[in-house]
Amino acid sequence: MENNHLDTEIIKTKDVNFYYGAFKALTDITMNFEKRKVTALIGPSGCGKSTLLRLLNRMNDLIAGARVEGEVLFEGMNIYDPEVDPVEVRRRIGMVFQKPNPFPKSIFNNITYGPRLTGTANKSDLEALAEQSLKQAVLWDEVKDILGRSAMTLSGGQQQRLCIARALAMKPDILLMDEPTSALDPISTAKIEELIDELKKSYTIIIVTHNMQQAARISDKTGFFYIGKLIEYNATEKIFTNPDVKQTEDYITGRFG
Amino acid sequence: MTRQTVSGAMKRRYLKQHLFFGAVRLSAIILTLALGGILFYILVNGIQVISWEFLTSPPTDSMTKGGIMPAILGTLYLTLGAITVALPLGVVAAIYLTEYAKQGKIVRAIRVGVNCLAGVPSVVFGLFGLGFFVVFLKFGSSILAGALTLGIVILPTIIGASEEALKGVPQTFREASLALGVSKWLTIWKIVLPNALPGILTGSILGIGRAAGETAPIMFTAAAFFTAKLPGSIFDEVMALPYHVYVLATAGTHIEQTRPIQYGTVLVLVALVLGIDLIAIVIRSYMRRNKRW
Amino acid sequence: MTRHQKEIIIKNVFFILSLVSILVLGLIVVFLFREGLPVFREVSLRDFIFGMEWYPTYSPPSYGIWPLIVGSLIVTIFSSLIAVPLGVLSAVYISEIAPPAIKEILKSIIELLAGLPSVVLGFFGMVIVAPWLQETFDLPTGLNIINASVILAVMAVPTISSISEDALYAVPNEFKEASYALGATKFETIARIIVPAALSGISTAVILGMARAIGETMVVLMVAGGAAAIPESIFDSVRPMPASIAAEMGEAPFRSGHYHALFATGIVLFLMTLAFNLVADYISQKFKEVGSATL
Ligand SMILES: Nc1ncnc2c1ncn2[C@@H]1O[C@H](COP(=O)(O)OP(=O)(O)O)[C@@H](O)[C@H]1O
Ligand SMILES: [Mg+2]
Repeated sequence: MENNHLDTEIIKTKDVNFYYGAFKALTDITMNFEKRKVTALIGPSGCGKSTLLRLLNRMNDLIAGARVEGEVLFEGMNIYDPEVDPVEVRRRIGMVFQKPNPFPKSIFNNITYGPRLTGTANKSDLEALAEQSLKQAVLWDEVKDILGRSAMTLSGGQQQRLCIARALAMKPDILLMDEPTSALDPISTAKIEELIDELKKSYTIIIVTHNMQQAARISDKTGFFYIGKLIEYNATEKIFTNPDVKQTEDYITGRFG
Repeated sequence: MTRQTVSGAMKRRYLKQHLFFGAVRLSAIILTLALGGILFYILVNGIQVISWEFLTSPPTDSMTKGGIMPAILGTLYLTLGAITVALPLGVVAAIYLTEYAKQGKIVRAIRVGVNCLAGVPSVVFGLFGLGFFVVFLKFGSSILAGALTLGIVILPTIIGASEEALKGVPQTFREASLALGVSKWLTIWKIVLPNALPGILTGSILGIGRAAGETAPIMFTAAAFFTAKLPGSIFDEVMALPYHVYVLATAGTHIEQTRPIQYGTVLVLVALVLGIDLIAIVIRSYMRRNKRW
Repeated sequence: MTRHQKEIIIKNVFFILSLVSILVLGLIVVFLFREGLPVFREVSLRDFIFGMEWYPTYSPPSYGIWPLIVGSLIVTIFSSLIAVPLGVLSAVYISEIAPPAIKEILKSIIELLAGLPSVVLGFFGMVIVAPWLQETFDLPTGLNIINASVILAVMAVPTISSISEDALYAVPNEFKEASYALGATKFETIARIIVPAALSGISTAVILGMARAIGETMVVLMVAGGAAAIPESIFDSVRPMPASIAAEMGEAPFRSGHYHALFATGIVLFLMTLAFNLVADYISQKFKEVGSATL
């Protein structure tokens, strides 16, 4: 798999350290994420999973006192290079949050928020885009007749799929998901897992989850983190059947964490 | 990702941002200059007039010469009277609203009442004071009528600040006390109030500042153009700083001649009111820094 | 007396004392009407409100307050044109853009601005703004609509700014994050997400700021010029309602028609500000019920 380097990898971190003020939240993270694969990040709460995820699209820039060392190469280009515009990075690397966070606007305006910013103004283009994104997020059938209604009236599961559709409308290269199902009921969770399976045909997905069955079900590769360090990074099957590191095994089998 | 070929569209988006940030900063600069300009102007013109004698002697020669001592004294009386009325009433109302009342129609009505009272124009308070305290209760134009009117003017301020302060006391403090079998009132008295005290204090100080600067509410209820003697009882009229400024600046034939006295009086009034406000601001920021929870 | 009884007594006493605000509000209404209504023995309500002539000391007197109402509305509108952008923009600056140190300083500046006594601002308008206007525009008097509007704006800005800032601050962080994650710039996030989400709070702020301006007395008394006529330009003088009341109450004979007419003007002013406040309260109440996303 490693032979054709450029085709398979899309984003990688190189010797990344991350600090919240004086607190070091990540230590020496070097990690390759493969194109059109689902990579799961697991580990006990507070180990730095979200931090790593938010570092990949420069969302951590918004936190006062946050500081990055090392490089994050997106298609070979360091996104922390001073020349790079974080706004451009975020446009190409979408994000779905732990708690569904639709805007207090109509469903339609939620989906078209991003495309409008980048200049798509034509109504029929926007409508086509909304339909396409909502279909991709398997929400179209449920909302096609109520596109003008406030997104706040949807159920939690629907809201989260709306947020996925909203991210997809930007046609990102990568989709970052931070525990996207942790606030949802089992049925909504199952729907979103199915969705992820479908989406990986065209997108690279990096997902944080605290649910190990979920990681095992949906991901191709899994990284296990502990106190800011990447302990083991392997094919998901290997991690869950025969991990290289004892700590990983302890965590997976529920002996701590 | 291609190396930073900032597209035209992106440039336009950032241009809008630049313009907006410029406008926003400009607004901040305008406000700063407005305050700075007003204060500087008042200070420069007023400082020459201020002397020990100006502060401690009464006006002479039909108020074209002399000092402003009776007006300073009158403002102190009125302000102290106002806070004496408003503080207990305001704190008690705030305690009821935050500690006792269940959310419901009556509480909502009280809240709306407080908000509406806060919005009543100051001259309407003046009319009310005239109709109720001066005429109906026959207090006449007096310190008593003026202080009561001013007390009502600042009541909503005190209630608001006290409520805020009480809400800031963590729920766990109350629970800890109640769990020990301490009664509700004792919990409020021994635990909640002491912890809310700095906030209540700040609010009261701001209320005092407000009362000291108000003119319209005392125009028909307490303030005299000129009094030959200092007030002997709460049923006497008084001079007051804000009214003195107004009178000298607008009435009579000596407007230009008394300019220096006007500047001096304005400076004393501003120093008094903003000095009071500054004390409150300092106490509050000190409190925030040393918050114990 | 048992402890329980004592608790109940305390609670009830506090309840009664907390009604003072409502009681006072009621008394204000009662006494305004008591002293104001008798004017309608001399003039019909219609002629009082819409009458074009305010000659309370002539004989026979004429008590038409329409020019006063117009004066109040005009200075309120023009001061809002200045105060709303200044207040809202400064609130955006404080809540979203300014570095922490500047933010603290600016908040103090606005608070001190709010603390300036209105008579001081009126005085400033008289001795600085008026002569400047008079010379610059070659006017008969600098005491006019534009002067009053500028000074009133200074009084309204702190109200608008501080309430808007609270509303902006209350916008949930999740909305901002969602916007940034979609590749929005800071300005786009402010203009399309944060401000719309805070809009009801900002509306409340604007209404309360306007209420402040319409009810403000000393400023209009000192710098609006005092002409009880419908103005034709922004350089004309006006006589807003509070100015009329404050200026004339001193000379109006006790319980004369003039005295009652001034109280009746107070009723009109009171009802107008009451309406502003009730609308503001209604909007902010609705806003509280919406809140952030719920599951
Ligand atoms: N904004 C922040 N400021 C300071 N410390 C933070 C911040 N966000 C997270 N942390 C700290 O960084 C560590 C990693 O947090 P996070 O990445 O959220 O963990 P995870 O997502 O794995 O639960 C934790 O110790 C957390 O307390
Ligand atoms: Mg997390």
